[in-house]
Amino acid sequence: MNRIQYLFNTKKERVLSIYFTAGFPELEDTLPIMEAIQAGGADIIEIGVPYSDPIADGPTIQDSNMIALANGMSLKKLFEQLKGFRAKIHLPVVLMGYLNPIMQYGMEAFCKKCKEVGIDGLILPDLPMQQYQDEFKALFEEYGLFNTFLISPQTSEKRIREIDQNSNGFIYMVSAHSITGARAGISEEQIAYFERVKAMNLKNPRLIGFGISDSETFTTASNYSHGAIIGSAFIKKVKEAKDLSADIQDYIKSVIS
Amino acid sequence: MIRVDEKGFYGKFGGAYIPEMLHPNIEELRENWEAIIATPEYQTEFQMLLRDFVGRPTPLYFASRLSEKFGAKIYLKREDLCHTGAHKVNNTVGQIILAKKLGKKRIIAETGAGQHGVATATVCALMGMDCTVYMGSLDIERQKPNVERMKILGAKVVPATSGSQTLKDATNEAMRQWINNPVDTHYIIGSVVGPHPYPEMVARFQSVISEEIKWQLMEKEGRENPDAVIACVGGGSNAAGAFYHYYNTPEVRLIAAEAAGLGVNSGKSAATTVLGTPGILHGSKTILMQTEDGQVVEPHSISAGLDYPGIGPVHAHLFDIGRAEFVAVEDEDAMKAGILLSRTEGIIPAIETAHAIHALNLIEYRKDDVIVINLSGRGDKDLETYIKWGGY
Ligand SMILES: Cc1ncc(COP(=O)(O)O)c(C=O)c1O
Repeated sequence: MNRIQYLFNTKKERVLSIYFTAGFPELEDTLPIMEAIQAGGADIIEIGVPYSDPIADGPTIQDSNMIALANGMSLKKLFEQLKGFRAKIHLPVVLMGYLNPIMQYGMEAFCKKCKEVGIDGLILPDLPMQQYQDEFKALFEEYGLFNTFLISPQTSEKRIREIDQNSNGFIYMVSAHSITGARAGISEEQIAYFERVKAMNLKNPRLIGFGISDSETFTTASNYSHGAIIGSAFIKKVKEAKDLSADIQDYIKSVIS
Repeated sequence: MIRVDEKGFYGKFGGAYIPEMLHPNIEELRENWEAIIATPEYQTEFQMLLRDFVGRPTPLYFASRLSEKFGAKIYLKREDLCHTGAHKVNNTVGQIILAKKLGKKRIIAETGAGQHGVATATVCALMGMDCTVYMGSLDIERQKPNVERMKILGAKVVPATSGSQTLKDATNEAMRQWINNPVDTHYIIGSVVGPHPYPEMVARFQSVISEEIKWQLMEKEGRENPDAVIACVGGGSNAAGAFYHYYNTPEVRLIAAEAAGLGVNSGKSAATTVLGTPGILHGSKTILMQTEDGQVVEPHSISAGLDYPGIGPVHAHLFDIGRAEFVAVEDEDAMKAGILLSRTEGIIPAIETAHAIHALNLIEYRKDDVIVINLSGRGDKDLETYIKWGGY
């Protein structure tokens, strides 16, 4: 069974997914960060593949992308680092990346490699649903990869239903109409949107992301969904960390406690 | 037949590769733009503004001294005489009326050289709409006069400080800000790039250029079709406008002048069709300059308006099927061509446009061929670059 499916079969609330950019702050930090995320008690690891032009990302993740690229990170390099990671990591692992670097690698070669190293799912923010269905769905299924789509407060009910039909694993609820980035608090308007989508009784679990940063925002988001995704706030912690492993674990514990 | 298909593709290129957060905006535009611009109300306002505000039709001018020098009949399509000094305003006029009809209150735009930013700030002032222009911080330094023009017109100019801090980053930033402001804001893209329907929509607004060339050439030469049309290509909007009504007339050669920068093999170039490969940039599948790993490469051109790592998907298609001939023009040759035009015809062209002039040296033609060069803009904005170069 796909590890994402297994997770949501056994855990229905307060699921925490942590995003980090591969190759940041140092090129070889990928595995140590994954181990620390697991040891800290998170449920899903989301590895960002750095890209020169991340149009859905705010300054924090943009910067981590630029530094990772300057450090020499690439998809090829990442797959080398991920060889054998399943000996240590049992959490579901999702790759998040913009389409162009993956297209250059070759979509089929990419899917094959994902399966080989033990990746469970993909989040490709600039892959539209239509293109996914026309070109890639069969391929993803062949290699056992779950595909996660995003929805935002502007997404129509009709489209949310279509996305629900075409998703497996979970749906990524973007918390506000915005790019990524940690913000203060969650507004009433956002809560109304969380409630609206919750009431739709979708078949897929929902994780809320963008602007989740601490125990309070994590708990609020979890009240209206199956859990949340932390990205920018985590990148900031990683950037400030004195002891990478210990600081990551402390942070994750502080969020889920 | 060269035309966009239902999913927004020209052959293999185009489409709308966008984050889901932009889907509602793009969908709203895709569903409505053609119907809106077909209404008599829209057309009345659009035609009035093109005539009385922009100054259309722009002349098709027979360049007799240039013709003599090259041994061909050379006509210049005088987009440099448009209000604000370049073709860019044809598109901003078209889009601002559309934005108004869609009930939008705010406009955002990206700009490289500042020409599109100025053209956007201008129509926002005209319509009393709030305007924010994103511009790479490097370009803000390189193009000071245009930054001040935008400010005088009441626009906010916001530096894009990420990445290489030029046009591609300004475009990223405008897209991000559209994600952040999806409801009341329209994004006026400045070239035939971006997700469907932008490339076709911008081309349609610029197609007035070839529409006019056809009847003007008929008046002057007794024929609608020249032997060749030449235009420079950054993203490709002035070229798309000049080619549009000739796409499917194979006897008219379409010649696109790209910026070779310091030379196609120098590592400092913007010759996309020479150096690029298929990929995705700013929401469409096209040809772009990138590393093997799919990271977008920073281009170089002396002209900020051609300093872009991709081309619009329609040009990728014209290149792919061999319908257009692409030539690469180096910085130095473009500058010299700018001086040549200044001294033979009394027109100082924009440096972007000067690339199209130099293309005359790179193509073959028969004596007395009728060649139309799209004179996309005037050189006022480039005085500092001409002065720094100094070769006159
Ligand atoms: C005068 C002029 N010509 C050409 C261009 C290039 O744009 P496009 O290729 O979209 O026509 C610019 C862009 O700033 C310009 O100012």
